[in-house]
Amino acid sequence: MSLASKTISSRLPDIVGAAHVINDPAQLAFYEVDGKKPGAAVRPCSREEIAEIVKFAAAENLAVIPTGARTKLGMGLPPRRYDVALDMTRLDRVIAYDPADLTLSVEAGHSLSKLLGVLGDHRQFLPLLVPYFSRTTVGGTIAAGVDSPLRQYYGTARDFVLGMEYVTGEGVLAKSGGRVVKNVSGYDLHKLMIGSLGTLGVIVSVNFKTFPSALGSRGFVATFENAEGALGMREHVARSALTPLTMEILSPGVAALFTGDAAARIGSGAMAPHVLSAKHWAFTSGYAGSGKVLARYEADYRRMAEELGAVNATVLDDNTRPPAFSRKREFIPIALSASPATTIMKISVLPALMKGALAEAQRAAESNSLEWAAMARGIGVIYVALLPRDRDEQSRARVANATNEILAAAAKLDGHGTIPWAPPEWKSALKIWGLDRGDFAQMQKVKKVFDPHGIMAPGRFVGGI
Amino acid sequence: MQLAPWWLGHSSVEISGALTRGVAGDYSCREGAHCRTHRAARMETRLLNDLKKLLGADMVLHRPEELLLYEYDGSVETARPSCVVFPQTKAHVVGIVELANRYKTPIVGRGAGTGLSGGALARHGGIVIGFSRMNRILEVDAENQRAVVQPGVVNAELSAAAAPLGLYYAPDPSSQKACTIGGNVSENSGGPHTLVYGVTTNHVLSLEVVLPTGELIRLGSAAVDSPGYDLPGLFVGSEGTLALVTEITVRLMRLPETTKTLLAIFDTLDDTTETVAAITSGGITPAACEMLDGWTLRAVEAYVHAGFPLDSAAVLLIDIDGTREAAESQAEEVAEVCRQHHAREVRVARDARERDLLWKGRKNAFGAVGRFSTTYYVQDGVIPRTKLPQTLRRITEISEKYGFQIGNIFHAGDGNLHPLILFDARDEKQLRGAVAAADEIIEFCVQMGGAITGEHGVGMEKDRLMPLIFGEADLEVMRRIRDAFNPTGLLNPEKILPLRKGCGEIYARPLPAAGAAPA
Repeated sequence: MSLASKTISSRLPDIVGAAHVINDPAQLAFYEVDGKKPGAAVRPCSREEIAEIVKFAAAENLAVIPTGARTKLGMGLPPRRYDVALDMTRLDRVIAYDPADLTLSVEAGHSLSKLLGVLGDHRQFLPLLVPYFSRTTVGGTIAAGVDSPLRQYYGTARDFVLGMEYVTGEGVLAKSGGRVVKNVSGYDLHKLMIGSLGTLGVIVSVNFKTFPSALGSRGFVATFENAEGALGMREHVARSALTPLTMEILSPGVAALFTGDAAARIGSGAMAPHVLSAKHWAFTSGYAGSGKVLARYEADYRRMAEELGAVNATVLDDNTRPPAFSRKREFIPIALSASPATTIMKISVLPALMKGALAEAQRAAESNSLEWAAMARGIGVIYVALLPRDRDEQSRARVANATNEILAAAAKLDGHGTIPWAPPEWKSALKIWGLDRGDFAQMQKVKKVFDPHGIMAPGRFVGGI
Repeated sequence: MQLAPWWLGHSSVEISGALTRGVAGDYSCREGAHCRTHRAARMETRLLNDLKKLLGADMVLHRPEELLLYEYDGSVETARPSCVVFPQTKAHVVGIVELANRYKTPIVGRGAGTGLSGGALARHGGIVIGFSRMNRILEVDAENQRAVVQPGVVNAELSAAAAPLGLYYAPDPSSQKACTIGGNVSENSGGPHTLVYGVTTNHVLSLEVVLPTGELIRLGSAAVDSPGYDLPGLFVGSEGTLALVTEITVRLMRLPETTKTLLAIFDTLDDTTETVAAITSGGITPAACEMLDGWTLRAVEAYVHAGFPLDSAAVLLIDIDGTREAAESQAEEVAEVCRQHHAREVRVARDARERDLLWKGRKNAFGAVGRFSTTYYVQDGVIPRTKLPQTLRRITEISEKYGFQIGNIFHAGDGNLHPLILFDARDEKQLRGAVAAADEIIEFCVQMGGAITGEHGVGMEKDRLMPLIFGEADLEVMRRIRDAFNPTGLLNPEKILPLRKGCGEIYARPLPAAGAAPA
């Protein structure tokens, strides 16, 4: 037993009770981050316990990684060190929900899908249809900063998180924002926590603005011979009066992913045949409203698709939409299980430059003999999955080449990119957080305020923060 | 300037003196404030000369009569800067910051001076940087629905420039014909139409800023999801305490195909406030949902002749926009909710002229109220929307208790109250009473689960109220963030965050100690 492990096992049971400290190596394997196992896992049930644990960790210089459902621990760089897994799943209470005010306060360990069930009883929802939807926790979703197809209309977490309570790397329980929908009282520190991968502190609870559910929704899929057609649909919609809830362009490679075994396991139900085709690019969009509104979207979409020479156009109803759209939501886990060494890039460019970025991604993948698939969101975010057949040296070199080329291409288009998912042993050879940035020094300042001892998920973030 | 403080010339010294005593009593300690004021007043001629060399003599104001206007913003606070300078380029801004460092003089950024919490006032003297000469729209990219602007661009001018392309900039503070995007970014400004589309922070993609060290850096990017911590999210709304903004990239929205404007007229306040909660919880989010109480709408009607009914208890002014199909059916649904809650009448604006007239009434309301009282104090509290009925009742009680007329005109849809307390600032007792009445309203908002400011900012008006919603630990993290970016207190000193308790601690971090080594 290492010194750290000894220190941990002597103090942690005092804080949370022996039953909630995990030392068993077999169980600790569940908390692995990029192959690193913690010395212990601890399951607090209150904000006070979390503060105590972090205070203790800070005093003993133990590295802490907060975990939820452990679905996205592979994001970012491998941790430099990792002593304590802070399992948040016992903090799973709804603190306050005022349906008439459309505001909610919930503990970080609450299951996201269960939370949406609670909201659904009041015909409300959160626009967080994120990957690992059925398993993920609220805190994990926010800390990982993963996005949702619904961002096309509702924006990302930064647009509907009203406030947060967190424990800093010094074990101080603090909060920012509030529980009202409009608020400029003090600095919006909670925005810093979104997507911070646990490197600033532990998210204890999150206050959200909730949204009323739509009366009816439909999906629309049109397939095209080339990327221009599918991207042309996006441009037509952007210039129109339509405000769809989701808008994605799928490369031909996505069809194989979405009809494969992994998709059948992860997505809900079987996808209707002929919706996607392995030869064609697809434009997909979800929209909602009254019967008249749905009819307007369908008519406009069909007209646009015809003008752009679509091969096929399908309207998805309440039966056919969920299998197709749940696959879109789960693009990342589906792609990750489609190859032994899936590497997924996230590229951002201005929406009108997506054509160039997709072309570069295709060129880089194919010139490096890599299978690939891309899902591009209408607002200018492209997920590129590189799917090597093997997890060997040669594949690693190819993926490194391709990702470097794609990052350079994104930079040339005034955009940027990262590699959020890659095999852990390849990470040192890949530019996980993309190219160097001019604001890195400012991020270090933020890190130093929240976590002066450098114990929170050290090393996982941008520039090794 | 259209929205120049209308009470200019009315006992400004008394207002300043009384508020400083009543509001910021913390600094009356020993020679503290005096010493700082004097130090600032002893602005060295050399600094003025250097500023003139950098910017040109006509871009530096320093004579007392030139500085008078810059003692004010739209709040009831005042503070006199040592000089006011007008940079025309980002290099000028960097140069000014370098001089401020060399001469250890605080800097305060200023847009149009329409702010309502003293954010643009030089609380402890120093250099006010007026951004009115950096007022170019650098780019409107219709294809990507983005615009790049300098901080001095007037809010309404950006929407006007984007309109021919079918686009607009959504945040629309009532002062939008005068206020600047730079000021909006500093204050994270809202407006009536932020109910569904969000406030300034939801529309800012990237900032170019000058840090107090003089470094010019970019935060975020025009492409979304810039990797790393959300620095634009931190800097927007930081009230000029972290950096000076020199360029802003914003998102533009597509102008809606159809906008329906409804005026719902009620005979009781309770019916009106209950209608608001019923609309928001009923599944429709209007583009705007404003409430004017009877007293206010009569004041507005006498001035604007918008067609508000003079005998009603309150009205709701509601915008619903979107596609033809969506706006029409939702407008009918909202009208039905209003009728269910005993609206006496629901009018629908027939054309753009009628619509503009109703909104002119709303947006000119503060000016209209100015015709009825020598001074008013605009408050800005926020509550959960379900708590509107009891909060409005409480405001009526407070009005009776203190003997002030209080008008209510506000963003009801998001629970953002703007009580207007009418008083005579020439009477020091009234001034103290008005501040006490305002405090009581804000305290009630907090009890209802609300916050101390929804869109006007904390500034030097509400720093002392921050402990109502934040504990010492919360404030300490905020202080450390400020000190990490603004370590010597060079930028906008003593705003937002209350001083730590106890004199010793105040002087442990002297202000303005610009140029001193970081702690």
